Amino acid sequence: MQKKTWLIIALMLVIPGLLFTVGCQKKAVSQAKAPAPAPAPAEEKPAPQPVEKPPAGWNISQNNVYFEFDKSTLTPMAQDTLMRHAAWLRENSNATVTIEGHCDERGTNEYNLALGDRRADSAKAFLVDLGIAASRLTTISYGEERPLCMEQTEECWAKNRRGHFVVN
Amino acid sequence: MRRGIKLYILIMSVILLGPSLSWAQYDVIDITKPFLRKIPLAVPLFKNAAGSSEEKQSSQSAADFLSDSLDFTGYFKLLDRGAFLFDPETNGVTETDLTFQNWTVVGAELLVTGYYRLTGDNITVELRLFDTFKAQRVLGKKYTGKLSNQRDIILRFCTEVIKYLTGNEGIFGSKIAFVSNGTGNKEIYISEFDGYNPRRLTTNNAITLFPAWSSDGKWMAFTSYKDGNPDLYIRDLAKAQELKVSKQGINITPAWAPGKFELAATLSFSGDQEIYLLTGSGKIIKRLTKSRGIDVTPTWSPDGKKIAFVSNRAGSAQIYIKDLTNGRVNRLTYEGQKNTQPSWSPRGDKIAYTSEMNGEHHIFTIGTDGQNPVQLTYEPRDNESPSWSPDGSLIVFSSNREGPNRLYVMTAFGTDQRRLLVLAGEQTNPKWSMNHQNN
Repeated sequence: MQKKTWLIIALMLVIPGLLFTVGCQKKAVSQAKAPAPAPAPAEEKPAPQPVEKPPAGWNISQNNVYFEFDKSTLTPMAQDTLMRHAAWLRENSNATVTIEGHCDERGTNEYNLALGDRRADSAKAFLVDLGIAASRLTTISYGEERPLCMEQTEECWAKNRRGHFVVN
Repeated sequence: MRRGIKLYILIMSVILLGPSLSWAQYDVIDITKPFLRKIPLAVPLFKNAAGSSEEKQSSQSAADFLSDSLDFTGYFKLLDRGAFLFDPETNGVTETDLTFQNWTVVGAELLVTGYYRLTGDNITVELRLFDTFKAQRVLGKKYTGKLSNQRDIILRFCTEVIKYLTGNEGIFGSKIAFVSNGTGNKEIYISEFDGYNPRRLTTNNAITLFPAWSSDGKWMAFTSYKDGNPDLYIRDLAKAQELKVSKQGINITPAWAPGKFELAATLSFSGDQEIYLLTGSGKIIKRLTKSRGIDVTPTWSPDGKKIAFVSNRAGSAQIYIKDLTNGRVNRLTYEGQKNTQPSWSPRGDKIAYTSEMNGEHHIFTIGTDGQNPVQLTYEPRDNESPSWSPDGSLIVFSSNREGPNRLYVMTAFGTDQRRLLVLAGEQTNPKWSMNHQNN
């Protein structure tokens, strides 16, 4: 009987969480409303998110968030990655990070600097929505100025369209 | 170099023509014509006063430089000296001594002659422009100065030639600012209009981008990461002092308002990339765009009443024009996947921009009414960052057609495309200044 109650409670927590995740995929997350229950802006509460702890050895600075060409919205995969980033940030509650927004070399560098700015902001907004204090997250855009990969291939461009996390 | 320019003020410039000779002040060259016929021009070696080997050497370099500088404009077809029926050693260079038939027969319609004297490190140069078919001198000038100022002396005469032929000041008093990464970091450099004497302006040891000249040439704005964030810097070029606009987010793509100590730039401290009008000392006057999404790369109409800029408000990057007098915004470009980097012609009638097509970038011009987009570059792969010469006759741009990104110049109609300079590293983001001879 007790087991069943726990199961129901767990499902009640997980199902709305899943719904939120799916709903989010279709929206521009930079503009996403805070999920209910809304996290307090100043202090961090333990967030009621359905995210496990990050795997052992998982490091925030070795896991980039990737974007589609000329987009700053978060793909489902990017959102999954950011869930892990959020978990890591909860585990490492003293850490502050800089989110770097990067672009591939296609497009001109003025526009790409603005696009990288939006990408970094999207990632930050998503983490803030997951309950991470905004004060722990700073953003910077490098546009197309710091590519990881120099070849003229889609594979290479995809690697360059990234949000990179640097632990301060 | 700077000291040399100051010394140049001492140079006497004597008009040889009396007031009796009427100056036909009509425009021989209409630079708005797309298929300009190049005027056949002869620039023979100068006649030397003493004939010493030093004099001959510097005289020849003066004649060559005059020829190259006029050739740079794209208005002339320089005739081969080998065909000339003329020997500066024995023939005279004034209208009384010249046999104009000898010039019309080789096809020259214009002729420049020089009389050159080197005394110590001083030079005296008499330069004359002739209309060979009318057998008439149309310009005559005498210059005295230091040998080290020879370049300025020749360019001063070239400006007279262009003024006579087009009615405007031309390009010879202008400079080009650009970004080069030869040191391992992108830094701002400045060269003369023809790529001569490239020198590094910034030593930021950090990514430095988007140089922007004020109309008077005294100020340079740019973006640099030297303190970590992409901040906007406004530098007094004479005093080498600068101030910083450092707001959260990006502080990029400055563009000085024509004739004012004000500039437009994109800032994102509000959480959205918007274009603002700032004072030359970096204070925000007002916001110029109001649209969710990217608004970037402003460029001013020459009357300062409008800006063109890039926005992705309709989904992809396109160019828009905002009339600052009534606040109305019109979309300018519809063709092409992405159109960015607008540059408003100093003549006011056209906007040059970069269009992305099939994985390449090419430079186009379009009427400010959105009519008649014309592709100017075809060489693969990327041709970017167009910037107009001060008279609107030429466009400087960057291209990787030969491998690394380098700077190239072409006419406003896409003809005469040539490399501007060769420098270590890659060169991008060129910006052509207005004319400021003797600054």
